[in-house]
Amino acid sequence: MNTICIMCPMGCGLTIERVGDEIKVSGNTCKRGEVYGQAEFTHPTRTVTTLVRLEGGGVASCKTALPVPKERISEVVAAIGKLTLSDDAKIGDRLTVGDGEFVFEIVITGTPSSC
Amino acid sequence: MDRFDVTVIGGGIIGAAVLDRLSRYDLKALLLEKCDDVASFTTRANSGIVHAGYDCEPGTLKAKYNVLGNPLVWKEAEELDVPHLKCGSLVVAGEDGIDGLEALAKKAEANGVEVRILDREQTLKIEPNVADRIAYSLYAPSAGVVSPYQMAIGYADRAVTNGAKIILEAPVTAICKRDGDYILSTPKGEFATKIVINCAGANGAFINDLVGAEHYETTYRRGDYFVLDSTERKNISTVIFPLPTAAGKGILVAPTADGNVIYGPTAIDTTDSEDVASTLDSLDSLRASVPLTYKRPAFNKCIRVYSGLRTLIGHDFVIGRSQKTENFVMAIGICSPGLTSAPAIADDVLALALDGLNANKKKEFVTVMPRHKRLKELSDDELEQLVAEDNRWGRIVCRCEKVTEAEVVAAIRSPLPATTVDAVKRRCRAGMGRCQGGFCGTRVMQILSRELGVPLTEVKKGLGANIARYRVKEVE
Amino acid sequence: MLRYDVVVIGGGPAGMAAAIAACDSGAKTLILERDVRLGGILNQCIHQGFGLHYFKEEMTGPEYAERFRKEVKKRDITVMTEAMALSLGADRTVTALSPDTGLVKVQAGAIVLAMGCRERTAGAIALPGTRPAGIYTAGMAQKLCNIDGYLVGKEVVILGSGDIGLIMARRMTTEGAKVKLVLELMPYSSGLKRNIVQCLDDYGIPIKYSHTITRVVGNPRVEGLYYAPVGADRKPVLSEEQYVSCDALLLSVGLIPENDLLNGLDVKMSAVTNGATVDENRMTSLEGVFSCGNVLHVHDLVDNVSEEAEIAGRAAARYSKGELPAGDSVSVSACDGVRYALPQRVNLGDGKVRLYFRVDNVYKDARLVVESGGNRLVGKKFQVLAPGEMGSVEIDRSAICGDVTVRLER
Repeated sequence: MNTICIMCPMGCGLTIERVGDEIKVSGNTCKRGEVYGQAEFTHPTRTVTTLVRLEGGGVASCKTALPVPKERISEVVAAIGKLTLSDDAKIGDRLTVGDGEFVFEIVITGTPSSC
Repeated sequence: MDRFDVTVIGGGIIGAAVLDRLSRYDLKALLLEKCDDVASFTTRANSGIVHAGYDCEPGTLKAKYNVLGNPLVWKEAEELDVPHLKCGSLVVAGEDGIDGLEALAKKAEANGVEVRILDREQTLKIEPNVADRIAYSLYAPSAGVVSPYQMAIGYADRAVTNGAKIILEAPVTAICKRDGDYILSTPKGEFATKIVINCAGANGAFINDLVGAEHYETTYRRGDYFVLDSTERKNISTVIFPLPTAAGKGILVAPTADGNVIYGPTAIDTTDSEDVASTLDSLDSLRASVPLTYKRPAFNKCIRVYSGLRTLIGHDFVIGRSQKTENFVMAIGICSPGLTSAPAIADDVLALALDGLNANKKKEFVTVMPRHKRLKELSDDELEQLVAEDNRWGRIVCRCEKVTEAEVVAAIRSPLPATTVDAVKRRCRAGMGRCQGGFCGTRVMQILSRELGVPLTEVKKGLGANIARYRVKEVE
Repeated sequence: MLRYDVVVIGGGPAGMAAAIAACDSGAKTLILERDVRLGGILNQCIHQGFGLHYFKEEMTGPEYAERFRKEVKKRDITVMTEAMALSLGADRTVTALSPDTGLVKVQAGAIVLAMGCRERTAGAIALPGTRPAGIYTAGMAQKLCNIDGYLVGKEVVILGSGDIGLIMARRMTTEGAKVKLVLELMPYSSGLKRNIVQCLDDYGIPIKYSHTITRVVGNPRVEGLYYAPVGADRKPVLSEEQYVSCDALLLSVGLIPENDLLNGLDVKMSAVTNGATVDENRMTSLEGVFSCGNVLHVHDLVDNVSEEAEIAGRAAARYSKGELPAGDSVSVSACDGVRYALPQRVNLGDGKVRLYFRVDNVYKDARLVVESGGNRLVGKKFQVLAPGEMGSVEIDRSAICGDVTVRLER
């Protein structure tokens, strides 16, 4: 796969491939790029930030407590989209979302009343 | 079906001024406007110049109404509390332009307009920032600037205050005659009226055709403008015109009555009655033209581009009763100097409408409208007093133009209420400043939502288009 | 007339950090905040990426703001919300207006300007075509989305690749909109690399560099737009115009420090940053008036804003107590690929001073050189320097022997 390294403004174009048991990164100009490239190749993850509905009609912002696999971002957003929280939700509140095999935790990051 | 004595079609500056005149008489007067506010098309996008009247061909209606209208605009802007500035105007020319200026001075004399030809030194005393090549100018002290849309809104507010009715979002789609009345069909219903006054601006010829009055070929001329930040206002003290050409009065540099500066308009002929899209070429030609008359162009201080459409029928205004259908009065083909001419045109149109109606002047009507309170114009004591009575005077909504929540609410509750973000902007200037509503837009939307009792998704920018379109988590 | 040692105008990240630093330096401190709460634009920046440098922890904007709000609350700092500073006097008086207090006049020992910046608009770039509903600055769309809970459209084009635009590309996508295209006039992005990758590439959103809009179509709502590549002169090549339909156009075409309060005051401004020129204490040319954060120059990381604001807050407190020595200074200027360096003045003395700078293009393997009176103070090699990412180097003040220049050597 090809991607751009985000470890510094250099933005090296990385080519990453599996060679036997090894994940080979080329195009990088430093060690950090190699580590980044290997991670992006084997288990790319992202912290998802989005909004969650409040009972009163407003919205609160939230994030996944941990980075989730990149390919599951849309599932994460859809699951959060089904929630409606009480208006007294506070920054730092945590709740578990999802059911069955895919469960994740979200953290409230901002509310209309936080001040 | 509601029946009216007189119905004005079109809520631009002409229609609003005509309705204002009608509202002083004992008759049922109606104005039908197709947009969601008055002053929504030609009137909101022109130069805002109160012309002296030196350049109209002597003997034309343009010359007549311009000269009659000029002092009326100054008087009525005071009555209506509309921002205006009688700053005079200069037509500037290089060494080779003296003949052109003298020709203008001759026309001025024929039209009865006071002008003076100035040399460079005299010109610089009036406007220090004319371009270096400028050798002479024609100075007209009676010219100046006024807020064109606020003038129309002012007329509309006064007309409503005096008992006239305005129905918005009511484009006239068909007209027929029944029992001596005209029946006007609109999406807001049918209205019967004895007399129709066609002030439909860009659609004037269309309305004429609907009723079977005189047919006119209409052409249009689009003009693009730059609006400059108010910080540029200190660099200009008068209106600067180049020598006029066949295409019009040329690209001017002028202060606005509200404290900005404008450069424009270009003159692009078009057949599209809705063409208000600026073009790269046209904007580039503005960039090239302004330095020819003005020494301190500051295109990097541009806060807004706008385009206006001028409607042309032949070379003059069309004002009069139709010869083909009775009780039909026309005031169409009103291009420049239409804004200046409006009050004088309205006076004559009133006379044409009253002819055949048995209407007396009302014993009482409002002439001087209540002053708009504006934070920028209040003394500290006045402001303290207002905040004590109503704390919305202490809440700044538009930080660029320093407009308070109280002023936004007043705009929404004015005689002709503002119901859109753009209508609020035209009345109290929230969103007119350098951030162009980036900060206050959402606040104004919330205030409109609250005052009108509609959800935020129903709040319109203007012309029916909303801004907050979808609730999050409800997007398909 | 109220009296405070330090009056901080603006309660965003810069204002809060400045107030905390001023208070901790013993100053009686007031924050004037025009919004209903502290936090400024951070409140609407619900994405991650804040605090990595400052807190050594990655957090979202509202969380970063909350940390500072808590620190403000812990201290004896007066906060007036919905309080808009209307005017500023050269004698360090501030007039403000709020619904709770009406007009307030405050005599300040020192003032810290922390009003942030505003976005360049469609008008400012003279966007050709119609001016319909559907065209907004990215920040306004962000506020409507993240604070109010509304989307401005479902088929989106973004002009400009500033960070807010990139962030909004991802936000709109996450919330169900289709972001069709990002157009960037320059051959490179003005945003952070990580935002290009994680906001565009992750979602397959195309970005066209060296492209711009030639015409907006639609009235009263945007229906689409024409765009074209630009030549070396950055003028569009009209023969290669293409059309894309959309119901929203977001602009991310630059930020401008919001220094309206300084209009009419004799404060020396930088034509490059659009902020005041300052010394290492972030004091402007007007004695006792300090500036920090995005009102001084536009930052790409809030962490740098916080650091800069602390410098200004501390110095303002010292000034108010008469403890900030005045002395000789040298100027700091930028040239040869460096667009600006800040501070623009450095007072002579001891200790280290950090110079911040921004380059005017993408440079690889360039050396950043700081010279003073013919002596080289710093020669630091950078693998890459980009306009979108502010750099910094430290200099030793005792080594200064004349005006300072910051330049690139390639």
